Amino acid sequence: MSAQEQARGELSAHVREEIDDWLARYPEDQRRSAVLGALRAAQHEHGYLSTEIMDAVAEYLRIPAMDVYEAASFYSMFELRPVGRHTIAVCSNISCMLRGADDLIEHLEKRLGVRLGESTPDGKFYLKREEECLAACCGAPMMQVDHVYYENLTPQRVDEILDSLES
Amino acid sequence: MSQDLVTLEIDGRTLQAPKGAMLIDVADEADIRIPRFCYHKKLSVAANCRMCLVEVEKAPKPLPACATPVMEGMKVHTRSPLALAAQQGTMEFLLINHPLDCPICDQGGECELQDVAMGYGQSVSRYTEAKRVVPDKDIGPLIATEMTRCIHCTRCVRFGEEIAGVRELGGTGRGEHLRIGTYVEHTMSHELSGNVIDLCPVGALTAKPSRYQARAWEYRQSPTVAAHDGVGSNLFVHTHNGRVIRVVPRENESVNETWISDRDRFSYAGLDADDRLRQPRIKVDGVWRDATWEEVLERCADALRSAAPERVGALLSPSLTLEELYLAQKTLRSLGVADIDHRLEQVDFRDDAAAPLFPWLGSTIEELERADAVLLVGCDPRREQPMLAHRLRKAALKGARVSTIHAHDLDLSYPADAQLSGNTRTQVLHLAGVAGVLAESGKKLPRLLADLVAASTTEDAAAIDARSRMAAALAESPQAHLLLGGDAIASSEFSALRALAGWIARTTGARLGYLASGANATGAWLAGCVPHRGVGGHSAESAGAHVRAQLEQGRDVFLLAGLDPERDLADPILARKALTDAGFVAALTAFSSPVLDAVADVLLPVSTAFETSGTLVNAEGRWQSFNAAASAPGEVRPGWKVWRVLGNLLGVREMDYLDSRTVRDELRAVLPEVDFGNDIDLRLAHAEVPPAHEGLVRMQVRGLYATDPLVRRAGPLQASPEGRRQDTVRLNPQDADGLADGQRVRLRQDGCETELTLVLDASVPPGVALTVAGSAALAELGPGGGIVTLAAA
Repeated sequence: MSAQEQARGELSAHVREEIDDWLARYPEDQRRSAVLGALRAAQHEHGYLSTEIMDAVAEYLRIPAMDVYEAASFYSMFELRPVGRHTIAVCSNISCMLRGADDLIEHLEKRLGVRLGESTPDGKFYLKREEECLAACCGAPMMQVDHVYYENLTPQRVDEILDSLES
Repeated sequence: MSQDLVTLEIDGRTLQAPKGAMLIDVADEADIRIPRFCYHKKLSVAANCRMCLVEVEKAPKPLPACATPVMEGMKVHTRSPLALAAQQGTMEFLLINHPLDCPICDQGGECELQDVAMGYGQSVSRYTEAKRVVPDKDIGPLIATEMTRCIHCTRCVRFGEEIAGVRELGGTGRGEHLRIGTYVEHTMSHELSGNVIDLCPVGALTAKPSRYQARAWEYRQSPTVAAHDGVGSNLFVHTHNGRVIRVVPRENESVNETWISDRDRFSYAGLDADDRLRQPRIKVDGVWRDATWEEVLERCADALRSAAPERVGALLSPSLTLEELYLAQKTLRSLGVADIDHRLEQVDFRDDAAAPLFPWLGSTIEELERADAVLLVGCDPRREQPMLAHRLRKAALKGARVSTIHAHDLDLSYPADAQLSGNTRTQVLHLAGVAGVLAESGKKLPRLLADLVAASTTEDAAAIDARSRMAAALAESPQAHLLLGGDAIASSEFSALRALAGWIARTTGARLGYLASGANATGAWLAGCVPHRGVGGHSAESAGAHVRAQLEQGRDVFLLAGLDPERDLADPILARKALTDAGFVAALTAFSSPVLDAVADVLLPVSTAFETSGTLVNAEGRWQSFNAAASAPGEVRPGWKVWRVLGNLLGVREMDYLDSRTVRDELRAVLPEVDFGNDIDLRLAHAEVPPAHEGLVRMQVRGLYATDPLVRRAGPLQASPEGRRQDTVRLNPQDADGLADGQRVRLRQDGCETELTLVLDASVPPGVALTVAGSAALAELGPGGGIVTLAAA
């Protein structure tokens, strides 16, 4: 997907195929139901959901654009502005907090040089403000990096995980 | 019936209510007041504000009255300690983020939040933390936003989804970050969007043109009737020192329910237009000067006395009150003048004899929403009659099959069953095709229509399918309507459309209806403001000439009332020539205009519908009388009084009316038992196969905000997207021929030229250049239906 396609709000064949797959699971008059699956596919390809992309999803689903804006802005899993390529989300809810999540966050902020909710200037990392709890209390403290759970963390372990990520 | 009722008790009162009714409705019915914000009787139940919590015995916790159905034996307490505590708690939460800016808020004094806080809240706030602030987006010239004040009741959001059918507002974000808005920069453009102002219980959405003009308790409220379309929506006008500050709906379930269109709400903004006439004006040796009423009326009377009656023509706006129209024709007919017409936009008069006594909707407005099938011919309901479009939408949501034959495919805000579009000829042939389908199914086609049906054959599979669907929908539905809209009536092939529609309606049992432009077209027929029919539809003793014949033949004297000649008359060039050539032109008008300045000899400043008493007869034949709601500026006088004095000067007998009511009653008394029939006598009808065109045909459609002189001068409406649409010409992308969307283009027709903005629009069929009738930009062109060429400007 080129930058131009993104700016014009065009969905790639792959995204359209994935949306079709979601649409097939709902009745024809309930196309709105496919909006979450469609947005996930679009975000996976573009990294975030620009207004243009949301409009394209709405057009493809033949539903009002507002329906898409509402769904996309409601769920914290959808990003509405450009973010770093790797999303790091540290849980700081009760179990993780008791097991040192705050130290992990402080360590990450120092290492990456950004605050919670910001992306690194090189566009590699995005330190997400997680809306918790990620349901891994038995392995607290934990973080999620690009959909993968890492548990029983220490600052050293966090460094190893980040070092192991490509570009 | 009794088994459908349940007995319950609210605050100790025993009540009976239908099973399944919501508690809040039952309490409202019994005048038991339960506070609420999100509940509205015309919208779906959201139950998200929690303000209507009441105690229900045996329920473990307070229940929202708006979402709790009544049950047998239910005992409800709206003011018990538990209910009060729940209401106070809700109120406290609602006020946490609400700003304390009531002194500068337009809603102050009529605010539901203020009222409910006074009635159900506590006197002190315990909240000391920071309040949230929501940045505003500009959503257009009609609605002012102050979203920090929003309490998230979502009435406006539900209105868009359920009533308007266009989701312009939504709730984005979550929890503390939830905000109501458009998310992107977006101008609210739906024709009913202003209703969210009334729905908003707080000052988040207020009327932008009325902003900071006066406080709610300073207004004087007067009931009146909207004068811009055939619905006649009931209004309250709010004035301050005689000036209209705003207009709000007056509930009337059988006309406008609780809504009004933006056109009816904001048209008052034109009252103060720069070209508003405040003094009678007279032109002496080509120079205008102010004059007295005596002087201008004497001048008119002289002109009428010295002219031969058959050399006098009168062109009257279909939006004038019944009293003005009746007195105008009474005065003129008593002088022997027969050339009286209100059908300013009509060009095809070949079947005048076939017209019913008064063309009307053919049903009540309420009946429209129970329709099973509707075929709209030359009718764009959302732009012509927004409140009827709302009824049609209700019918469609209940399953009615709505189809259109028009100059372009319409956005109805719900899926159409079938749409066919094209130039004048194509539209006629499509309708003939529908007749053809019915003829094939065994209905006997009259000879009159045989040629048309024969000419309608097509190879286009999509058209064949659409025609069949239309015919089937009309034939199969118990309640079907076939409506001829303003664009059909203005068509150069109106007679063919009417003959076809008449036969199709009769054959299928559909009801035939007319939706003419203007607020009082029905009244104009009843009052005898057509050349061939007198009061009440009696054939006139000697038929006069219709508007087009008057302009083509020329007249020595023209009387104009309530119109901008270059924008209201079908052929601006012809109109200007006829008026320029006339010896004397008098205009009863609220506004001057460049063309009136050039062609008129006297200008008589008359009231708009806001400033006069009178009566309007809406499309369903409902007579609605009203008093003046605002004071007219300067020397402006109500039109009916001007006609009365003119009649007196001319010695017309029985012209001594003291009020408009007497005029109305006189007309009413002479009206026979009026025949509410739209049936067409096909022996009197006319139908010819329309000529084919070569090239790009300029089709004119009625515009939402180009309808009458007042609306055209209402700044906020003109600044809206629909107002700006008047300055466009729309083409199918395949006709672009190198021209780009959004570019200024020169449009040429018969050697005349104008400049417009090009919009490439796939809803416009190939071969059609779509323009808006009544647009200022078209004042220098001939009639619609002509062949045009486009070039870059």
